[in-house]
Amino acid sequence: MSAPATSAPKNEADNNPSSSNPQVDLSNAVIRFAGDSQDGIQTIGGFLAKLAGRSAREVMTYMTIPSTISGGPSIFQVHLGSGEVLSAGDEADFLVTFYQHSYNDHIASLRHGGVCLYDTDHVELPEDRDKDITYVGVPITSTTIEALGGTARDRGKNLFVLGLVCQIFRLKRDKLIEIVERQFGRKGEDVLRNAMLAFDAGFSYQIGDIFSDAYTLREGTSADTHRITTDGNTAIVFGLLAGGVRFGAGYPITPWSTIMEQLRSELPKYGGMFVQAEDELAAVSMAVGFSFSGHIAVTGSSGPGLSLKMEALSYATMAELPLVIINVQRGGPSTGLPTSVEQSDLMQAIYGSHGDCPRIVIAPKNVQDCFYTALEACQLAKKYSVPVIVLTDQALATRIEAFREPVVDEVVIEPELDLETRGEDFKPYPLDGETRHAPPGTPMAGGKYPVVTGLEHDEWGHPSSSPELHQKMTIRRREKIKAFAEEIDLPEIFGDEEGDVLLVGWGSTWGPIREATIRARSQDRSLSSIHIRYVNPLPNGLETLFARFKHVIVVEMNDEGLYGNGQLATLLRARYCDPKIRSLCKTDGLTYRVREILKGVDAIVAES
Amino acid sequence: MATASPPAEPEKLTKKALTADHPTWCPGCGDFAVLAAFFKVLEKLQIPHEKIVTIAGIGCSSRFPYFVNSHGMHFIHGRALPLATGVSLSRPDVHVFAFGGDGDGFSIGGNHLDHAARKNVNITYVIMDNFVYGLTKKQTSPTSPLGYKSKTDPTGAIDRPINPMKRLVSGGASFVGRTHAAQVKHMMEMFERAIRHNGFSVVEVLSECVVFYPGAFDQGNPRKGGEFNLIEEKQYDNTPEDEERHDVTDEAAAYAIANLPFPGKFGVFYQEERPTKNQLEQKWIDSTREKVGSATAAQLIQQRFDSLK
Repeated sequence: MSAPATSAPKNEADNNPSSSNPQVDLSNAVIRFAGDSQDGIQTIGGFLAKLAGRSAREVMTYMTIPSTISGGPSIFQVHLGSGEVLSAGDEADFLVTFYQHSYNDHIASLRHGGVCLYDTDHVELPEDRDKDITYVGVPITSTTIEALGGTARDRGKNLFVLGLVCQIFRLKRDKLIEIVERQFGRKGEDVLRNAMLAFDAGFSYQIGDIFSDAYTLREGTSADTHRITTDGNTAIVFGLLAGGVRFGAGYPITPWSTIMEQLRSELPKYGGMFVQAEDELAAVSMAVGFSFSGHIAVTGSSGPGLSLKMEALSYATMAELPLVIINVQRGGPSTGLPTSVEQSDLMQAIYGSHGDCPRIVIAPKNVQDCFYTALEACQLAKKYSVPVIVLTDQALATRIEAFREPVVDEVVIEPELDLETRGEDFKPYPLDGETRHAPPGTPMAGGKYPVVTGLEHDEWGHPSSSPELHQKMTIRRREKIKAFAEEIDLPEIFGDEEGDVLLVGWGSTWGPIREATIRARSQDRSLSSIHIRYVNPLPNGLETLFARFKHVIVVEMNDEGLYGNGQLATLLRARYCDPKIRSLCKTDGLTYRVREILKGVDAIVAES
Repeated sequence: MATASPPAEPEKLTKKALTADHPTWCPGCGDFAVLAAFFKVLEKLQIPHEKIVTIAGIGCSSRFPYFVNSHGMHFIHGRALPLATGVSLSRPDVHVFAFGGDGDGFSIGGNHLDHAARKNVNITYVIMDNFVYGLTKKQTSPTSPLGYKSKTDPTGAIDRPINPMKRLVSGGASFVGRTHAAQVKHMMEMFERAIRHNGFSVVEVLSECVVFYPGAFDQGNPRKGGEFNLIEEKQYDNTPEDEERHDVTDEAAAYAIANLPFPGKFGVFYQEERPTKNQLEQKWIDSTREKVGSATAAQLIQQRFDSLK
């Protein structure tokens, strides 16, 4: 069920060409575009990502979006690599700045020896600039306007820059043009013509000698030839569709909305339906209605919306109804940071409802895993008749990666509605067996029809407040989740099987933690890592892994709380009572940088 | 998709077959009459037994599904309508009935009422309005009249109550009826017309809480000295009297009746034929399925993967 195993640790090739000798073959390049949100830098970033996917290169993108309605500073970063790409990159090798504010805000993200391309129409270089950086001024705005026939509009400068990048990095022009044509061709001939004019103007712009042979990206080495390039939210949509979801309901909230928008358009093709509900409470209630009707149903939201759904999720646990809930985490509490990343909904996902309310919570590690996690959530919800929460986040939702295309015939499920007559012995909640429901429309041979309830009930679903029964049913609901825990494999250790430091991560920190592990090991440090995909229930036997290391450090994007432990660390400490488990936390709304992790680890190890 | 296999000879639907647990309502509660009327209408309409679905939220009257032997769900407070929407939209083969009280419908579930109404989801919704919170033992409800003394308004209710008929008509419910639990024949007529209506049909039943608000609806009960005044609907018989009768498609006229002082009038306030959400969604599904050439899920997903390469 899980995504294909990732490759073993490898030595990273040198990705620090010195400025004195720019004639270097790159295995890796981090390109950051800094402009405003309406400049279309996401569009060209997406093109580059798609090109990488087609060129057997690895890619990961990172973007910031202002939470304003329109406009505002925005960046799009593309990490292209001919080997494994695990993060969006700590620092940029190549920075394109469209405005003075872009320059001011992002010049520090450029590594020493990097290249800053700036629009001379908008950016003035300060006197005291970093001498290790190569500055290349191009009148991006005016050249684009000129190329497009002298109108005062500068739309198209993103494509001019794409042409420049294509020239500088010696990317495959024909392949890139094919991608541009596919996108812009849909918008009409004029749009495509202008796009190509701008692109060609950038591609043929005479930059001078600075870049001659400087940046040739090495060909990709990925063994996968059938690869798709997409973002995490889209991968979730297709995981749900493959998993048999045909009905769902939701309410708009960033960054969940793009999932519901896509489902609204996709589901009718499959004979299904996604309903935009009047609020979060209605959305989850409709989804419970779909589930009660015999379908695999989905609802979803982001932090604040998940809070609103909690009462109905408790009902779904009590009534033992299958339901998939996608939660795209963002910065909290409250409205918080709607367009930034955080992992602070873990406790809410596991414990947010009233009552003893066990359910399954899974967190995808990367874009590819978003597909398989959504798919698996559908299967688990059905198998255990329980709500399953998929805990993804803003960073995964919006970033683009290339990955091996799932084999459709192996994963796609055509759901069937089971309305076969139920026998006289029909018991939805047998104390010694699996939950089985009889959806509306099912004839009941015994003449007795089931009423699904949120009241405590007996094996037949009949309300009962018997103390003994409540105890037994509470155990039943708990034990089926524990039974699932038995099925979960112990996470594999990445790195040495024993040693000084074991990093523990969950969700989208997988990439940076893995890269940190690789970097530390290349410096002969004893550091390994594990990734926990199933956060509730946790896999059994983690203590056997922890025992092999001197330090166990849980890396999370949430706060260390009142007692110095992040949310997963708190759970692990509660379960294993092991003071060796420590926390590395942060809540700046940004994904972890590799050097932040390594620095944090050093500090924790030093103080213990 | 459906693999329904109804019994070879469908048995006649009887009150006996429809009866489940004995209601837990207090002796004398108006809801008994509502249940009896519902059984009688189902007997008359002979809807296949397995296709009857009763749904409710929380409250005294929301216990309804336990007392009807049919597929059903007793859900959470205020959310019966979105739940029923999920069932109605995804299962065009079943008949969806929602039951509840004034607190469940007009207070905690108020938002859902407007949206189920404007979307015209095919559901029949019976609101047993007793002007009080009964299950939680006498708090002011959204329909409690000004001055009503409850545990939360010991000196009398001060907040203006909701006018259910105006609320439903303005929300966009396509069938709006009002009846009284003491008038079983009229109640049955309202239920039958609501069930036959294609769309979101709502019947408000004044159903007395004999424990916490006894006598609340005596003014509408001739046996208690009140008046049960019916809305006279247009017959379209070209008589001069017909001019004065109520046109059920006239929204402004419905408001005028709804503004009459309590106990007001009973009958159909408003009814219009307009496409249901069920029909509109199905239309979109059908045209989309046609566009994609009735492709299988595997084919559709493969096509999208190809576009992401």
